[in-house]
Amino acid sequence: MSNNLQIKNLDNVVVRFSGDSGDGMQLAGNIFSTVSATVGNSISTFPDYPADIRAPQGSLTGVSGFQVHIGATKVYTPGDKCDVLVAMNAAALKTQYKYAKSNATIIIDTDSFKEADLQKAQFQTSDYIAEMNIDPDRVIACPLTTMVKDCLKDSGMDVKSILKCRNMFALGLVCWLFDRDLEIAFNFLKEKFAKKAGVAEANIKVIQAGYDYGHNTHSSAMNVYRIETAEKTPGRYMDITGNKATAYGLIAAAEKAGLRLYLGSYPITPATDVLHELSKHKSLGVTTVQCEDEIAGCASAIGASFAGALAATSTSGPGICLKSEAMNLAVILELPLVVLDVQRGGPATGLPTKSEQTDLLQALYGRNGESPMPVIAALSPTDCFDAAYEASKIALEHMTPVVLLTDAYLGNGSAAFKLPNLADYPAINPPYVPEELLGKWTPYMRNEDMVRYWAVPGRKGFTHILGGLEKDDKTGAISTNPENHDLMCRKRAEKIERIQVPDVQVEGDKDDAELLIVGFGSTYGHLHAAMDEMRAAGKKVALAQFKYINPLPKNTSEVLKKYKTVVVAEQNLGQFAGYLRMKVDGFVPKQFNEVKGQPFNVSELVEAFNKIY
Amino acid sequence: MEYTINDFKKGQPRWCPGCGDHFFLAALQKTMAEIGVAPEDTAVISGIGCSSRLPHYMATYGMNTIHGRAAAIATGCKVTNPKLSVWQISGDGDGLAIGGNHFIHANRRNIDLKMILLNNRIYGLTKGQYSPTSPRGFVSKSSPYGTVEDPFRPAELCFGARGHFFARAVATDAPGTAEILKAAHAHKGAAVCEILQNCVIFNNGTHDSVYKPDVRKKNAIYLKHGEKMVFGENNEFGLVQDGFSIKVVKIGENGYTLDDVLVHDAHCEDNTLQLKLALMEGPDFPIALGVIRDVEAPTYDEAVNAQIEELKTQKKYHNFSELLETNDIWEVK
Repeated sequence: MSNNLQIKNLDNVVVRFSGDSGDGMQLAGNIFSTVSATVGNSISTFPDYPADIRAPQGSLTGVSGFQVHIGATKVYTPGDKCDVLVAMNAAALKTQYKYAKSNATIIIDTDSFKEADLQKAQFQTSDYIAEMNIDPDRVIACPLTTMVKDCLKDSGMDVKSILKCRNMFALGLVCWLFDRDLEIAFNFLKEKFAKKAGVAEANIKVIQAGYDYGHNTHSSAMNVYRIETAEKTPGRYMDITGNKATAYGLIAAAEKAGLRLYLGSYPITPATDVLHELSKHKSLGVTTVQCEDEIAGCASAIGASFAGALAATSTSGPGICLKSEAMNLAVILELPLVVLDVQRGGPATGLPTKSEQTDLLQALYGRNGESPMPVIAALSPTDCFDAAYEASKIALEHMTPVVLLTDAYLGNGSAAFKLPNLADYPAINPPYVPEELLGKWTPYMRNEDMVRYWAVPGRKGFTHILGGLEKDDKTGAISTNPENHDLMCRKRAEKIERIQVPDVQVEGDKDDAELLIVGFGSTYGHLHAAMDEMRAAGKKVALAQFKYINPLPKNTSEVLKKYKTVVVAEQNLGQFAGYLRMKVDGFVPKQFNEVKGQPFNVSELVEAFNKIY
Repeated sequence: MEYTINDFKKGQPRWCPGCGDHFFLAALQKTMAEIGVAPEDTAVISGIGCSSRLPHYMATYGMNTIHGRAAAIATGCKVTNPKLSVWQISGDGDGLAIGGNHFIHANRRNIDLKMILLNNRIYGLTKGQYSPTSPRGFVSKSSPYGTVEDPFRPAELCFGARGHFFARAVATDAPGTAEILKAAHAHKGAAVCEILQNCVIFNNGTHDSVYKPDVRKKNAIYLKHGEKMVFGENNEFGLVQDGFSIKVVKIGENGYTLDDVLVHDAHCEDNTLQLKLALMEGPDFPIALGVIRDVEAPTYDEAVNAQIEELKTQKKYHNFSELLETNDIWEVK
């Protein structure tokens, strides 16, 4: 960086890369977040991609975005609006400008703003900057495509391959804007394209060209920003998405429990990456079966569980509908099973690539009969690891199916993940039937936690039959006895109620808050950021974010009744609020509900909460 | 270790007197004892229906699950522990209607399941509705004026799904049943055994043409690999090629001799003729019993586990902490 350049320090910044689905925006965003995380910034990312695989090039429906929030101190969300918007074509500018702050820096590729491009993006005039009401001084307009072609003209690459490197030029420019060390990006590319040295070299060349272009052409007009690192937790880190963290959590739990990991699944957005991730790791003994349908995904996992595996099935909302009957079978068989629901917009096919919390009541109650099932909702992309581990532990130790709720926002979003040390995680001890019960054991005999013992096929002397028909409490034989059925329903319910979960923590002004914000699962970051903003403005606010939904933490009632005003904020029309009202006598909260398929917007939350305050 | 039928027996069956399930159960228990796989290494997994009660009467590991899903559940069980001998018990409704998808995919994958299809062409447990194997025009409680749809022919479905093993027996024919069960056990891969059984209450007489030994001689043919396809009280009939098809001839008449009679080849990979045999029905043809198709092919469970073992030797990470190290990692100091 030249010395005469003015460098401004920032606390945090949001960058949004946008372009056609095929423009490589996710990769550019990923590299930028990794580069930032490597220097110790806090990061949170959110890919926002269309349902179409490849919508027509340059069309409004085909725009894909990747938002990165980097901060000197902890960032909780990918940010509401961006400080820098990269728009690789006219359609991207048209659709994504609404996500930009009014003073945002806009980077555009003028080569993709020709008349035909403007028409496809439904601009009315050729002066698109004025038409969008953008301050021209905030625009870095560069003939990006031309420059990339120039840069690689001697590379021997074909035009199509050259054009694929456009994203790296934009990345180089953004790296210049934020004074980023390119070496880290280069190393990332060298590793990513370890087997294609030519591709790595071309990409590196283009990043450098983008950086140099910014430095040489725009230094006079633009400030360069620097995000220092204020809060650091020393350690080794990697970037991880929620779906990958979930997969890792399952792998870790299986290893800890000494069991084989089995995943029965059927591809469905946005859960499929869990299937992809686990399918890679056969060298760890992970078995994935891509089944003929969602039902078989869950059913085969029950078979695997019967045979002694840590069994899981992964899906999203519509898949849960299909799995419900089999999930209920696992309830009555009392076999361990982790059911992952990466929630998306519903009902029916709904908004497959978008995020909601609308499956909560389905997870809790969407089955026939009295069907108690633990439900855990992960709080953040990295928390998906712990949540998956804990879901597995509860399933195995309490012989029950467990629903793990994440969503598109968590599953696709990423954050820096401090490498966990498995030795620090609690042991997982499934209740294998003790040998001394040989001859006395029956399938529904329970231990002191009301948990039925596990006898895995292959073990001599413990042959037995399980089934979907109600069983006699003592003998395990089929029973339609009314008293027995009542007893078994109560025992299954009590078994779940007895599961120990940690108390819900109150953050913020926990002693004297005027307003308690209550949420569950993935909204943690946004609600936390909203609380921080209100407290910074002098308000007394606290947050209780629930991860354990069933059973609820023991201190739930105490926490909810302690504060004068309580607002339950969730991305559905009031499912958690209704559930809490059912569980906590006399609890009547205010509500904030939104079902837009997008993560909450912190400023909207603050505005709404201020009205309630 | 030697086992007896008592090592596999449990409880008191609650099927109607005369139900074909009783006969089949006895044959299965006896055959399992003869096969000699330990009860604790055997899992019997059923769906829902009269016949799906069967695992309750087996002293093995067992699951009586939900309607139609037995094949899927058995798949997870077998993949997880390939050492288990896994038997799937389904009726025609369980296996071919609600569970039709799992039936075809288990065959396509060729997972090593012994898939027993107890075919009485009726829904018994729900008290008498037509099933996907009931013939067109079948009158039942849900089709008082006769069905207007054609039935599945299980063999056709199995073959269409690339099934490698199909055998058929009559429930009342203990030796015939034992023979195909043993062959199914010996076969590595999905092995469909269609058991023709009577429902005395709702579909009495549906398999009458082959149910009793005397008529069976006349109306059925026992197929044995490598043997001439002859049948009749004195083996006086045979199957011969007829252009692109097959036909029944009386040996010694119209110039046909024993030399003209086809020899059964259950191991032939091409299933064309096997399918013809499997689809034969009266009155022009005998019903084929025995092992109709038995072709070796790679099994899913073995392939899944072989791939895992192979990758364990190829990949450099073998536990969770080594897995973490395969990522791009940075250090914050």
